[in-house]
Amino acid sequence: MKSRFASPALGLSLLLGSGLALAQAAAPEAAASAAAVAAEAAPKVDSGDTAWMLTSTLLVILMTIPGLALFYGGLTRSKNMLSVLMQVFVVFSLISILWAVFGYSLAFSGEGNFVGGFDKLFLKGVTTDTIGALATIPEYVFVAFQGTFAAITVALIVGSFAERMKFSAVLVFSALWFALSYVPMAHIVWGGGLLAQDGALDFAGGTVVHINAGIAGLVGAYVVGKRVGFGREAFTPHSLTLTMVGASLLWVGWFGFNAGSAGAANGTAGLAFVNTVLATAAATLGWCAGEAMHKGKASMLGAASGAVGGLVAITPAAGFVGPMGSIVIGALAGLVCLWGVSGLKRLLKADDAFDVFGVHGVGGILGAILTGVFAAPALGGTAAADFAMGAQVWIQVKSVLFTIAWSGVVSVVLYKLVDLMIGLRVTEEEERQGLDISSHGETAYNR
Amino acid sequence: MKLITAVIKPFKLDEVREALSALGVQGITVTEVKGFGRQKGHTELYRGAEYVVDFLPKVKIETAVSEDIAERVTEAIEQAARTGKIGDGKIFVTDIEQVIRIRTGETGAEAL
Repeated sequence: MKSRFASPALGLSLLLGSGLALAQAAAPEAAASAAAVAAEAAPKVDSGDTAWMLTSTLLVILMTIPGLALFYGGLTRSKNMLSVLMQVFVVFSLISILWAVFGYSLAFSGEGNFVGGFDKLFLKGVTTDTIGALATIPEYVFVAFQGTFAAITVALIVGSFAERMKFSAVLVFSALWFALSYVPMAHIVWGGGLLAQDGALDFAGGTVVHINAGIAGLVGAYVVGKRVGFGREAFTPHSLTLTMVGASLLWVGWFGFNAGSAGAANGTAGLAFVNTVLATAAATLGWCAGEAMHKGKASMLGAASGAVGGLVAITPAAGFVGPMGSIVIGALAGLVCLWGVSGLKRLLKADDAFDVFGVHGVGGILGAILTGVFAAPALGGTAAADFAMGAQVWIQVKSVLFTIAWSGVVSVVLYKLVDLMIGLRVTEEEERQGLDISSHGETAYNR
Repeated sequence: MKLITAVIKPFKLDEVREALSALGVQGITVTEVKGFGRQKGHTELYRGAEYVVDFLPKVKIETAVSEDIAERVTEAIEQAARTGKIGDGKIFVTDIEQVIRIRTGETGAEAL
């Protein structure tokens, strides 16, 4: 295994597609060959796991583009449709780059309590042979998979301040918030930081993704202010058909989000998969039942929102609770998130345009806490026999409070900062005209 | 020459069209409109936001006819569009000053 065979062997491995096994067989540059031998001795790339993780990564990308884009897009007024699609699409692109440049390094390399280190800046040291945090997956796949989580988390936030925020402000805020809220939270919960050490259970990102984004959205809604005409004019969704399409793409894609967070093609992934079916279904039914009882009619928007609420709630729990537990979690999420977008929303008095806090924030909080309950083996969960529910629920609550505090403080500071730098909001005239024309020079629907 | 404008319930359009054809009326213009008179609207519920929608979808038909058949035309529309329930609509008759056929330049009664 000498270096002069490296390039052709690596090229061959890519072509043959069972490349990972061949890449390991062909030693890379001399400096890294020792590491490769060491890697072969302990973690070893498994092609089944890798294939599943690549697939999961794809599914999560689909969740954002076009899943989330259409889910939000259908809720907006037609004059703002393109601005919503743009914000999701471009934020996805922006965060993907920033993740590769510094996000991955700060989240998943290094030993700090709050952030990692700069060892893997620009993905330095990551090669086709290296293995990251998941023992049977090439590091590049791990980088890509985690990158999609970062991107969707930031993209979620745009739903709160939709229809009135400057495009440039969206991008600047997104970049800064990614660096100062998402990356540290990812490290703190998944990268070996404070909450990971504490024993908080968060399978796929209830805290890192949903509570984080939900709080950032709520704060944004407060700081950016209400839309012109809020409470007086009708802000009817212009296409609930598209919202349903988006919700469906989110549901299907979420199997990559949850079952992919098992990090392998195994029984835990299977459990997470089943839980993602059941909790979502239960939440859909729960929200519909709640609506029917309260207002007399179950609605498509309600069913779609219920589904998303259930998906959010099961996210931290997916690999830790049993299927029956997931049904309970889902049903509760359907009802509680319904309250989140109605009763609670009225109490909070913020114009959270697409209910990012009401669904993702509330659902994430509920799910995180219930994970501590339903992980209990007595309730069908996967925890060990000596599981202490009370203690675990307290750890979960602490992780929730920590996330709320971190995200809240960082968000407030960054919104204010961006407002001072470039201004957050478009002018009233631009808002009335619609962001499609005023911010992007286009119309979504030419009549 | 008279312009007959009728605002009717959308599902009555076909019946009214047939009644007008039977009278020999050659052309009509149809627009989708919304409006209300005494008919009540409905409420729509989007998550926690409830909106009362006063406007109802209607169809507006306009046809230019000669004065001698105007009364028969309005009667035909009335009978075809009537359901007997609130919201059936209204018919307006106005004078036309001039009518021109664009293709040929004909004016007046020949252009109808």
